[in-house]
Amino acid sequence: MSDIITIVVAKYNYWLYIILMMIGLYAMIAKNNLVKKLVGMNIFQTAIILFYVSIGYKKDATIPIIENAHGGHGNTAHAIHAADYINPLPHVLMLTAIVVSVATLGVALALAVKIYQRYQTLEEDEIRMRLTENRLAENNK
Amino acid sequence: MHWQIDLIILTFIIFCAVAAITVRDLLSTAILFGAYSFMMCLLWAVMGAVDVAFTEASVGAGVSTVFFVAAVFRTSRRTKD
Repeated sequence: MSDIITIVVAKYNYWLYIILMMIGLYAMIAKNNLVKKLVGMNIFQTAIILFYVSIGYKKDATIPIIENAHGGHGNTAHAIHAADYINPLPHVLMLTAIVVSVATLGVALALAVKIYQRYQTLEEDEIRMRLTENRLAENNK
Repeated sequence: MHWQIDLIILTFIIFCAVAAITVRDLLSTAILFGAYSFMMCLLWAVMGAVDVAFTEASVGAGVSTVFFVAAVFRTSRRTKD
């Protein structure tokens, strides 16, 4: 029993990442407003980024910048231990993910603005009501 | 990573995320989402991912919030849920 508690407490970043991911998924599925759905999508994306950054973390390590790497002052000849530095590979992957997420957000908000200009609402059920009304009007013509 | 700072920031993150999707005003949603992104940026600075923290502060907390506020001003602040 105490083993399980130790595992849960030691990996709290991962549990909170799962909670954040489920909050984002709930907002995407259950919320009725299009802007709320986009906020949920962004929360989902940042939760995944949190997971990747947590993978690269090491205990008792420093940020991945090598001092005096290009000569400079002081003595530079010392060996580099990879265990002293946080793994920078997930960080670099997640830089791309952040930029992609803001591009996705821009396109999605532009589509939401166009939907509002056409249907005068951002609520999903009202948009569906308008669509069925339009279809009935087409059939009666 | 000091776990006290980490836990405080993670609590704020969960609070901001839940508040951003439950509040009944889209402008408040945009501002709370900005706060959420900034807390995320602080968390990454604490975890040693400084380059991700820079990018999140400028792109996530800056540009995304401006996008949301601009979209809310071009549409409506009204929301039902």
